[in-house]
Amino acid sequence: MKITMAHGSGGKDSAELMARIFGKHFSNDILDKMEDAAVLQVNGKIAYSTDSFVVTPIVFNGGDIGKLCICGTVNDLLMMGAQPKYITCGFILEEGLEIETLDKIVKSMGEMAREAGVEIVAGDTKVVEGNGGIFINTSGIGLIQDEINVSASNCNVGDVVILSGDLGDHHACILSARMNMNNGIKSDSACLADITNGLFKNGIRVNTMRDVTRGGLGTVLNEIAEKSSCSIEINEISLPMDEEVKAFADILGLDPMYMANEGKMIAIVNGEDAEKALKSMRETLNGRNAAIIGYVKEGHGVKMITRLGGSRVVDVLYGEGLPRIC
Amino acid sequence: MMEISQVINYLKEYNGPEIKLMEVCGTHTASIFKSGIRSLISPEIKLISGPGCPVCVTPTSYIDKCIDYAMMENHVLVTFGDMIKVPGQSASLSGVKGEGAKVEIMYSPFEVIEKATTNPNITYVIAAVGFETTAPVYALVIEEAIEKGIKNIKLLTSLKTVIPALEWICENEEEIDGFICPGHVSVIIGSEAYAELAKKYKKPFSVAGFEPEHILAAIYDLVRQIEEAGSENKHEKENTVNRFGTEDKTKTVHNLYKNAVKTEGNQKAIGILNKYFDEGPAMWRGLGIIGGSGLYLKTKYEEFDGGSAGLDLDKELPEGCCCGQVIVGRLNPNDCSLFGKACNPTNPYGPCMVSSEGACGIWYRNI
Repeated sequence: MKITMAHGSGGKDSAELMARIFGKHFSNDILDKMEDAAVLQVNGKIAYSTDSFVVTPIVFNGGDIGKLCICGTVNDLLMMGAQPKYITCGFILEEGLEIETLDKIVKSMGEMAREAGVEIVAGDTKVVEGNGGIFINTSGIGLIQDEINVSASNCNVGDVVILSGDLGDHHACILSARMNMNNGIKSDSACLADITNGLFKNGIRVNTMRDVTRGGLGTVLNEIAEKSSCSIEINEISLPMDEEVKAFADILGLDPMYMANEGKMIAIVNGEDAEKALKSMRETLNGRNAAIIGYVKEGHGVKMITRLGGSRVVDVLYGEGLPRIC
Repeated sequence: MMEISQVINYLKEYNGPEIKLMEVCGTHTASIFKSGIRSLISPEIKLISGPGCPVCVTPTSYIDKCIDYAMMENHVLVTFGDMIKVPGQSASLSGVKGEGAKVEIMYSPFEVIEKATTNPNITYVIAAVGFETTAPVYALVIEEAIEKGIKNIKLLTSLKTVIPALEWICENEEEIDGFICPGHVSVIIGSEAYAELAKKYKKPFSVAGFEPEHILAAIYDLVRQIEEAGSENKHEKENTVNRFGTEDKTKTVHNLYKNAVKTEGNQKAIGILNKYFDEGPAMWRGLGIIGGSGLYLKTKYEEFDGGSAGLDLDKELPEGCCCGQVIVGRLNPNDCSLFGKACNPTNPYGPCMVSSEGACGIWYRNI
């Protein structure tokens, strides 16, 4: 059975869809009230973020758009040192989408939300003409304890840059799927709470955190260097990367510095806490391949010391990072 | 056998007369920057980016014809991603996408076979751009179309061959002392293809792979050939004693990419090129028309050609744009007054900034 325009009309078909799919997988005390808005009690400083998800294919090795849209917003909140609490989701469904596929995606969302300890408290669904696609927006609120202050503009000279794991997995997975290439590459889509909670629990002085998504590590580091008015120097030999993903990138001429991940982050910490922070990350599932990749210095921009000891400027990603002709 | 550290040391310590080496391959340009090779060698060894970027040397009339097909009813233009931002006379493929043009990006030309089979009423025109590396692939697509009786695929070719361009450079740019030969093209044409040029112009050619060690080895090889055998004195052609004080000798081709490049090249690929294509003149943006440097589908396959011949017209480069000189190594990108100011990857003036393999684009991202 497929989604039709009737499912977005607000009438009987909409109500059935709500109950059968969204109600089943998202049920909680706040959402079940089915009011026009969720009424929440929050005290103190909050972080608030939104993101939209348009990936194709919608189901891929290692996850689906449902898992992605919860992890994406949860991670954005975690990167500000917040504890994610509440999520909203808006769906734009194209006519022709298989209801079974929608059910699978919404089920993923429910499972991921429970794993991340967040409640989905509001939502909306629209149906448009199209070809069976699905687009999802999620927004989220998280609570920040008073003593926590994490920002891209907080870096200091002498801070250490730690990357939580292998570069490029999600990017390589999606591109493999689009090119019908069968390989073992899986998306690394994951919620990073185990890493961030561990850092704070172990008393690490964390100045900046960012997840490494679209635009890749190169873009993220440049944004931080600019906001903190500093320079960041990284070492190519320190960058962790799965062998299969590296081979895939080499064949297509993709630069790992600009490949997207969906379950990796960088933490920029006080230099004295570097080894402790690395140990803390490596004790977690998602941070098991963490590595110290560089340092914050005086100056501006991002520089890489290459494998042979040469030096290269790393700029932001321009354009779309498409594979080359030759 | 030398260790790579010894090679780097030699090149770093070099303090002889200035040597200009041209790398004729966008992939080499990218690799040189990615590994920071320029920071490892003496400033007296200058690496110049050559015209080995198929996107950069494509004239505006070709892009305009691509746009015409994209706007035509029942036609779809299929292209590699790095062509979509190249400007034609007044627009690029990405610019017209929003106006109803049907442009699809391919990762491999073979994807078009399935598209054409599924939609027999649509004609798929492939923007067939590239050098000898990619040309056989387009030919194999036509071969498969013929086998399967598919009639709704066309190639709009802008295929170029490297040797005539290298000859043009040797004739017109005497300042270049040696060449790092394109790795992937050499896999197809073989290392022997450069021998005649090496002999005629007395310049060394070194075939290199793409790892930084390969490229450094090639640079070392060229520098040593130039030092030991010398090159023509730049100012006095009659004088056979060169600026290194040694006698002028014939230079040669060294193949330093033997695990991929054979002397005779890939005969099967060459066979495919000979079966499907004839040579003809081609317009190289920045250089002009070079005879025999283009590949065009043979007459017997003309039903698969999208009107590729004669696409020579090229829009004048914007005032101040130095792409024509950058592409032959007369200027570095940052010698151009527009570089990094009016002209940047988000707002490119000339083809060298548009392409991810263009010299200006790569310099901007890495300097």
